[in-house]
Amino acid sequence: MDVLLYLIPIALGLGAIGLVGFLWTMKNNQYDDMEGAAHRILLDDEDEEPTVKENEDGKKGGS
Amino acid sequence: MEATALSGKQAGSCSKIINCKHCGSPCSADNSFCSPSCKAAHLADSDTSAPILFSPAATADEKGEFQLELGIEGIHCASCIRLIENALAENPDVTAARVNMSTERLTVAWRGTQARGDALAHQVQQLGYRLYDLNVKNDASTASDAEKELIRAIAVAGFAAGNLMLLSVGLWTSTAEAMGMATRELFHWLSALIALPTVIFAGRPFFRSAIAVLKSGHTNMDVPISLAVTLACVMSISEIIRGGEHVYFDSAVMLLFFLLIGRYLDARAKGKARQSASRLLSKLAGTATVFENGNLVQRPVKDLAAGMRVLIAAGENVPADSTVCKGASDIDMSLINGETMPLSASSGTPVFAGTLNLTAPIEAIVDKVSNKSLLSEIVRMMEVAEQGAAKYVRLADRAAALYTPVVHAFGALTFLGWWVLMQAPWQVSLLHSVTVLIITCPCALGLAVPVVQVLASGELLKSGILLKSGDALERLSKVDTVVFDKTGTLTLGTPELVKGTYSEDHMQMAASLASHSRHPLSKALAAAFSGTLLDAEVEEVPGKGLSATVAGLTVQLGSRIWCGPEGGTEDTDLELWLNMEGTPAARFTFADTLRIDAADTVRKLHQMGLDTRILSGDRQATAKRVADTLGISETIAEVSPTEKCAYLNALKAEGKHVLMVGDGLNDAPALAAADASMSPSSAIDIAQNTADIVFQGDKLTPVVQSIYIARRSTKLVRQNFGLAVAYNIVAIPLAVAGFVTPLIAAAAMSGSSLIVILNAFRLKKRAKI
Repeated sequence: MDVLLYLIPIALGLGAIGLVGFLWTMKNNQYDDMEGAAHRILLDDEDEEPTVKENEDGKKGGS
Repeated sequence: MEATALSGKQAGSCSKIINCKHCGSPCSADNSFCSPSCKAAHLADSDTSAPILFSPAATADEKGEFQLELGIEGIHCASCIRLIENALAENPDVTAARVNMSTERLTVAWRGTQARGDALAHQVQQLGYRLYDLNVKNDASTASDAEKELIRAIAVAGFAAGNLMLLSVGLWTSTAEAMGMATRELFHWLSALIALPTVIFAGRPFFRSAIAVLKSGHTNMDVPISLAVTLACVMSISEIIRGGEHVYFDSAVMLLFFLLIGRYLDARAKGKARQSASRLLSKLAGTATVFENGNLVQRPVKDLAAGMRVLIAAGENVPADSTVCKGASDIDMSLINGETMPLSASSGTPVFAGTLNLTAPIEAIVDKVSNKSLLSEIVRMMEVAEQGAAKYVRLADRAAALYTPVVHAFGALTFLGWWVLMQAPWQVSLLHSVTVLIITCPCALGLAVPVVQVLASGELLKSGILLKSGDALERLSKVDTVVFDKTGTLTLGTPELVKGTYSEDHMQMAASLASHSRHPLSKALAAAFSGTLLDAEVEEVPGKGLSATVAGLTVQLGSRIWCGPEGGTEDTDLELWLNMEGTPAARFTFADTLRIDAADTVRKLHQMGLDTRILSGDRQATAKRVADTLGISETIAEVSPTEKCAYLNALKAEGKHVLMVGDGLNDAPALAAADASMSPSSAIDIAQNTADIVFQGDKLTPVVQSIYIARRSTKLVRQNFGLAVAYNIVAIPLAVAGFVTPLIAAAAMSGSSLIVILNAFRLKKRAKI
C-alpha cells in the first residue's frame, strides 16, 4: 500500500494541472469568439508586407 | 487569377491578390471592386460627407488608453477580419484592434485623445463596413459572466468527481479488513479534502438561488439540492469522525456535476436567445445622423426631437417620421404598407420611421418624436400582445413545482419514521433521510429538458432555423392552426423577371444598367441576367430610373411615365422600360413569385393534421388566388395590423393553438399574440425580434420541420420525465428502507442521468422527415 503515497498525489497533481490549464484559457478569453477563431486560422501571421509575400509565391527575397 | 465581373460577388472567398474594397473578394487589378453592385454599395455606405461621431461612447482606463466597442456589420470571412484589424493596427497610436465574429463587434483601443476614435471609426467605414453604436446597454456581458461561472464550477466539480470516484471505487471493491482501517481512514479524509472545497466552490450557484428564494418565502428546485449536498457532507464528516463505514462525498459532488451541466445547457440556450434578440434590438433602436452646429452627430433615435435635421444615407432606415428637405431618392415602404414598389421621394415628401432609403442620401426634418411615430404605435401594440402571451408555464417548471414538496416530505417522513417508529438513534435516522434526499435529487429531472432542447436547437440550426426562446419548442408542439401572412412569407416578397418579348441584346443592355442600382426591380433584372455586362457610365435619376451612355447611344431604363410609350392601361407597377435614343425598345415585367415549396409545405401541414389560413393586408382577390393555388381554404384579406392581432386573439379564444408565420411590420403584433411564431430571415428586424423562430433560405419547409422537431422533442422530454419518475419509484423505497449504500447511490444517479441523455439523443437519429 505504500505505492499509494506517491500515486495518489501524482494522480491528483496531473488532474489539477489540466484543471488549472483550462481555467487559465477561460480567463484569457480564449472561448469568446469561436466563430472568428475558425476563420482566423486561415490568416497568415501578420507580416510586414503580407500582400507582397503572397505574390512571390514561395520565392524568398525576390525583387 | 482574374475574377469575372459577377463571380466575385460572393464574399467569403478569401484570396489575397487584390481585394474588393467592399466585400474583400478578389478582383482584377485595374478595379478596386469585384462587381458593380459592390461599388454601388461601397459608395452608398461611405458617402456621408463628414465623419460621424462615435467617440462619446469610448471609455478611458487608468493608463490613459481609450477603448471603444462598436457593432459592425458585413463581416463574412477571414479577409474581412484581416482588412479591418490590419488597417487599424497600422495607426501607431492604436494599441489593440479586435473583431469578434460571433458577436459582430469591433473593439479598438488607442492612446491619445478621445476624439481620435472618430477618425478610427471613419477608417473602418471607408473600408465599406457599417458601424453602429451599441447604445442599447444589453445584459449580454452579465449573462456570459454567469455562464463562465458555471463552466468554472463544472470544471472543478468534474475534476473532483473523477478523483473521488478513483478513491470510492477502492472503498467499494474492498472491505475494511482487506484494506486496513488506516488506509480506509486515509481514503475517507482524502475524499473530504477534495469534496469540501469543491462543494463550497461549485455549489454556489445553487446555494445562492436557494437562499434568495427562501428569503422571499418560496421554494424551488435548488432548495432540496442545496439541502441534500450540505447534509451529505456534514453527515459524511461525522461518519468519518465516528469511524463509520460509509461516506457520501462522491454522491454529493457527482450530483453537483450533473446538475451543473444541465444548468449550463439551460443558461446557454437562454443566452443564445437573448443574444440574438438584443442584437436585433440594438439595430432596431439604432442611431440617427443629426446635423448639430454644422457637425454630423450620431444620436440615439429616442433622443430625436421635432425640428431636428437628419441625414439619411442610402441603405439606411428613416429614423423618425419626417419630411424630406433636400435631395431625392426612392423609399422602400414595404414596412408600412407591404408594397413591393418603392415610393419616390423628393423635397416635401413625408417619410415614415423604419422605411428604407434606397438610392441616394437625403436630408429631412423630423416631424414627430420617435415614440409617437407609426412604428412605435405598432411596437406598443406588440408589447401589449406579448404580455398576454407571457403567461405560459414551462413543463419543467410545473414538474419542479410538484417535485420540491414531495421530496421534502419524503425526507422528513423517513427521518420521523426511523426515529419515532423504529426507535433508531437520530444519527442513523438522519443518515437515511439524507440518502433519500440524495437519491431523489433531480439529476435526471435537471437534464431532461436542457439536453433535449440543446439537441433540438442544434438540429434546427443545421437547417438554418434559429430557435430564439427556449420554451418555443414546447408551445410549437401544441399548435393546431397555422396562420400565414402572404407577401414575403408565402411569396418571396421580391419581384422576379417574367419571360417576355424582349431580345437578348435588350436584356444585356438593361441588365448592364440595372446592375448599378439597388432598386428592387433593377436588382431582379440584374439577377436574371447571367452574361457579360457592358461598360457603362450610369447615372441614377431618383424616382425615375437610370440613364447612361453606352457606345455613343443614350439609354434609359425606368418607369413608363419617364421613358415608356404614351398611354397604356395595364398594371404599371411591376414593369421597367428600356428606352434607346428616345424610342421605347423593350418592356420587362415582374411578378412576386410563391416560394417554390409553398404548396408542398401546406400539403404536409394538412397531413400533420394542422389547419392553415391566410391572413393578409393585401387585396381579397390576390390573397384568394394564392390560397386557391396552395389549397388553403380560409382567407382573411384586407386586414390592418390591429385586425390581424384581434383575429389571432379570437382564434385563441376558440381554444385553438396558433402558429403565426409572418415577416412584415404589420404582422408583428400578430406574431406577438400567437402561441408560437416564425419569421423568415428576410423579414424586417422587428418581426424577427418578435418571432420565436427565425428561418433562413427561400424555402418554407422549415415550418414543417420545426413543428416536427418540436413535437418530437416534447415527446422525448415527457419520456425523460417518465424515466426520472420510474427511477424514483424504484430508488425511493430502497432509500427509505435504508438499503442504499454509497455504491448504489452513485450507480443509480449516474445511471438515470445517462439513460435520460441517451434517450434525448434519439432525437438526432429520427429527425429526418
